[in-house]
Amino acid sequence: MGWREGMTSTPHAVSMRGIFKHFGGVQALEDVDLQINAGEIHALLGGNGAGKSTVLKILNGVHVPDQGSIEVFGQVLDEYTPEASRRAGIAMIYQEMSLIPTLTVAQNVFLTREARNRVGLIDDRMGERKAAEYFEMLEVDINPRALVADLGAGQRQLTEIVKAISQDARVLVLDEPSTTLSVSDVEKLFGFLRRLRSKGVAIIYVSHRMDEIVRVADRATILRDGKRIVTAPMSELSMELMIEHIVGKRSGGLTNMARKQAGLGDVLLELDKVSGARKPKEISLTVRRGEVVGIAGLLGSGRSSLAKVLFGIEPMTGGEIRIDGQPATIDRPRHAIEFGIALVPEARALQGLILPHTVSANLTLSVLDRVSDQWIVNRRAVREAASRQIDNLGIKAASQEHAVSTLSGGNQQKVVIGKWMAAEPEILILDEPTAGIDIGSKSEVIRLIRDLAERGKAILLISSELNELLVASNRIAVMSGGRLAGVIERDSLDGPAFADDDPVQGLKAAEQNLLARIQTAFQLGSEASVH
Amino acid sequence: MSIRNSRNGRTRRPLSVTANWRQNIIYIGFVIIFIFFAITLNDKGFLNPNNLLNIVRQTAMIAVMAIAMTFVLASGEIDLSVGAVAGLTSVTVAMAIDAWGMVFGIGAGIATGIAVGVFNGVLTTRVGIPSFLTTLAMMGIAKGVAMWISDTAAVPIINPTYSWLFGGGSLGRIPVLLFWMLVLGAAGHYFLKRTTFGRRVLATGGNETAARFSGIDTRSVKFRVLVVSSMAAALAGMLYAGRFQRGEGDELSVIAAAVLGGTSLFGGYGTVIGTIVGALMIGLINNGLILMGLEFSQQLIARGGIIILAVALSQKRN
Repeated sequence: MGWREGMTSTPHAVSMRGIFKHFGGVQALEDVDLQINAGEIHALLGGNGAGKSTVLKILNGVHVPDQGSIEVFGQVLDEYTPEASRRAGIAMIYQEMSLIPTLTVAQNVFLTREARNRVGLIDDRMGERKAAEYFEMLEVDINPRALVADLGAGQRQLTEIVKAISQDARVLVLDEPSTTLSVSDVEKLFGFLRRLRSKGVAIIYVSHRMDEIVRVADRATILRDGKRIVTAPMSELSMELMIEHIVGKRSGGLTNMARKQAGLGDVLLELDKVSGARKPKEISLTVRRGEVVGIAGLLGSGRSSLAKVLFGIEPMTGGEIRIDGQPATIDRPRHAIEFGIALVPEARALQGLILPHTVSANLTLSVLDRVSDQWIVNRRAVREAASRQIDNLGIKAASQEHAVSTLSGGNQQKVVIGKWMAAEPEILILDEPTAGIDIGSKSEVIRLIRDLAERGKAILLISSELNELLVASNRIAVMSGGRLAGVIERDSLDGPAFADDDPVQGLKAAEQNLLARIQTAFQLGSEASVH
Repeated sequence: MSIRNSRNGRTRRPLSVTANWRQNIIYIGFVIIFIFFAITLNDKGFLNPNNLLNIVRQTAMIAVMAIAMTFVLASGEIDLSVGAVAGLTSVTVAMAIDAWGMVFGIGAGIATGIAVGVFNGVLTTRVGIPSFLTTLAMMGIAKGVAMWISDTAAVPIINPTYSWLFGGGSLGRIPVLLFWMLVLGAAGHYFLKRTTFGRRVLATGGNETAARFSGIDTRSVKFRVLVVSSMAAALAGMLYAGRFQRGEGDELSVIAAAVLGGTSLFGGYGTVIGTIVGALMIGLINNGLILMGLEFSQQLIARGGIIILAVALSQKRN
């Protein structure tokens, strides 16, 4: 098996000492130490550009450190190549998964190491039996004969990890494993990681979701600006302390912001039993000028489908959309744009950006006609429109003629938002606008959303991060199974005891309340009301 | 790390030679090959103005089709039918002139291009057949129709005005074909780089989903580039007819010209100027190899080798 029993004599599963690394003139890592024990889940935290991915890439053999040493279970890594790292037992579980959807689970697990029969032909049955043994041992309920294409995101992730374990991996690196997972899949993943931990596997867990870190990690190392700030057991790290370490002197994390209730204007967007082909089903909802309506729900609850129907990407099969009281027919994105609607989509790289194209080309893509005289693109207008968004949002790019792919994740997300700000929408729909960006950028995005509301826009905010919804929204709509389970006034979620004296505790209490509502809605099924 | 964008946004892409030489390999390669032939084939009249103008005459048709192909490739599609459509148009134009005169002939040529383009476009964007298959099938259909209606016999054009305008004529010593190439090249370059249509073509090829989410009607963009491509092929066919030739089997040279020039086969990036230089380079190589006295078989091998070398050098390494 991949782990050996009784390795108590080995002090560290991974020991990185005095790692330096620079790229060009930029010092990416400076004297970084990282010690991971066998049988622990170790969180690696830091903002965008803190050096997390450089650490992971060095560990994975993609980058060679300028200085420093790495030991894996007491063995010095003398070579920095992906092959050497894999031989040492390090396995990286990638965000974008490396499974081949057209093959079965067992075929994927044993890809390039297929079981063979006596004449040397591949024996799928034997592979399936071997895979079944692994799944049984790790208590994972996945059929080895199923096609990977038919698996959910959570099962794919588990398959990926089982594949790594079957290759004798003793150090697992998980980079943002939960972004595509539903709440119940995240639970399964955590249970699974704990079982691996009890078998002596060392797990490095990278995530921007602080609540997950708190629940699953034993210890944490926090990086900032290429330096290690602290390594400590989770019991010694409070949420506030961690955020402080991550963002440094920058303004704090998400705390309660002022939400003006009084300034709400007229109803701008009105949905009357809006339905899509499969989802959503009969959604009735209103959004006023100056109002942020959050949409909560589990993965697959139909939130993104609702956004796509409103933006004309998926067909509307029933109901009516009214804008400013007038019925609006939206069957393609161009119509939506003409009605003043903008959608910041959930999959940044896939739906939001043309990565190889320049920052300015991306920022003006949705407003080409406005930066053109008739059909001739006015290059000056393009530059000015792009500069405006770059300044407003604080997008960090070497120049607006650089490809978007050269930007960090947080800045790419700002480009997507900027692209739609350029369209000057009246109604803004944001689908997971902070996925995969660091906590500092997150609070900037949330503040931006509040600012826009204050300026009289109507905003629909879809998010899986409850604290984000709670901070930004005036009201929160809970969806389940494609239906609207209920709409909650944000203020009714505050616990009575904490409301004023302790904002952090107050937010936490509200989070508990909202989570309870989402789970009730899910359990009661689509018919139930949240209230 | 990164620097904040300057307020006026006048910062441009750094024009460092080392970073961009792969992108500009076509221009470097063109100059190197030209100098090579100029030295080695000096005594065989390579630099003779007549020879150089001949290269232009022989490549103009490829260039015209390749300009449109740049748009097709940049949008993430491909058009394999251009050679056959040029051949079909040579026939329809000649027959229409023979029967009803020049104006109808030109009309017939344009109509052929539009008809094929609409057919390709509808099948690709409405029925959803990949353009590779649509245009592969169209290649056979166009070839077959041309053979069928002409009874595989050449139809001569006896109309001096037409022949002067499309292919044969020259102003002083400058062939009319050069004007066709330059005018269409300038228009193509301008359209791709400076118009909203060009931007939408590049966006569609760069990331179709993101383009759609940005309000671009990507199906309409693809439909239009396929129609433009067929119309350019029809024009090339008319030029061939004016030179008493029948264009056919040019599709691979056309695609090679665009790719040599630096246009991505996978969409999202295209350059019309590169394409024209790519077409001229293919003509240059053909001409040089003939002057060298290579046999046809040797020419094919040498030409293939040079194209592979140029494209390989222009590839980005990871």
